[in-house]
Amino acid sequence: MEEPGNLEFAAKSITGQPPGGNRFFAVADEFEYGVQAWWTTEVYLDGQATNNDGAIFTGFRWENRLRVLPHEHWINPVFYFEFEDISGADKTLLEVVDHDSKSDLILSNAEARQEKQRELEAKLILSSYFKGWTIAENFIAEKNVVHAPFEFGYALGVSRPLALAARPERCNLCPENFQIGVEMYGGLGTHDDFGVHGTSQYVAPVMAWTLANGTMLGVSPGFGLTGPSTGFLLRLGVSYEVAQIGRKARNLFRAGGNQ
Amino acid sequence: MRAAIFYITLAGVLSATEPDLPRQAPPQWAARANPMVGNSRAQKAGAKLFERECAECHGAGAGGIGKAPSLRQAVVSKAKPGALYWIIENGAIYNGMPSFAHLPEPERWQIVTFLQSLNTR
Repeated sequence: MEEPGNLEFAAKSITGQPPGGNRFFAVADEFEYGVQAWWTTEVYLDGQATNNDGAIFTGFRWENRLRVLPHEHWINPVFYFEFEDISGADKTLLEVVDHDSKSDLILSNAEARQEKQRELEAKLILSSYFKGWTIAENFIAEKNVVHAPFEFGYALGVSRPLALAARPERCNLCPENFQIGVEMYGGLGTHDDFGVHGTSQYVAPVMAWTLANGTMLGVSPGFGLTGPSTGFLLRLGVSYEVAQIGRKARNLFRAGGNQ
Repeated sequence: MRAAIFYITLAGVLSATEPDLPRQAPPQWAARANPMVGNSRAQKAGAKLFERECAECHGAGAGGIGKAPSLRQAVVSKAKPGALYWIIENGAIYNGMPSFAHLPEPERWQIVTFLQSLNTR
């Protein structure tokens, strides 16, 4: 959850090359705002570039996360609702559901963008904190607003900073600034065909580095575990949070008005 | 008139709830001792964490900004360390303070150590 009044900018990118297809590079630009301590809202703008094809804008997503319980518990649920209006050419792979597979990534941009995906998505995010470890589980249910059945997916992850206590000095290379972990994600079919048979499944080590100025850099090489999966995906991310952006903007205009 | 009643009630609720937060901590949490009490390195690390996690709302000097109260109050310096730890972990999400449970336990104690070292005004 984002702290209230804070705005985080993030670029979540991914590159891969499906067998028989061209290498692609996709990015989701994320704007995440803390409305309340229990409510975070985010907008994503997605695009991709494919070798020997072209670069296109593939759509947007609007998501909201609602914290359910006022206090911390062993397991902390957060409800997540998203509306996405993207084309079939979207390759950001922010979630894998149903029988999403490497064959979806082979189509040319001109062909793939004909498919419109106006979908509602809900997730139940469960997270726990135990002796410095963050453990998170997502169950995803997605539904195209026009047609198609409910599609399901999941993500599981654990991560931990390299040191649990902070050092007194301001530093970029302090061990507490580094997080390591591993995640697993994949499709779970549809309500007619629930299960992992014929789905894409991935395992991905995750590393994140937070600089002293708050910028966070992340890298996650993902490895496909099943036949429909793309063999290798590389995710790179960068994010920066502007704290109390509303107050800063007001101060900026006041300062401008006083000149 | 209605607006006046609303703001008076809101001010009353805020002033009644926020200073009471340490007293809302469950007894088993409030009874927890700070393992870093008196540790000057922990205090400095807590100051660094405060700057990163808390200062934007509570002010660089912890003197409070707007709705976020000053932490240079006797209610903080004299609170049981375990109660402050509980507030950092749980926040007060309907009063605008988020949970900081994502911080590892030692970092939360470092912030408590820093907060209780502040001079009250």
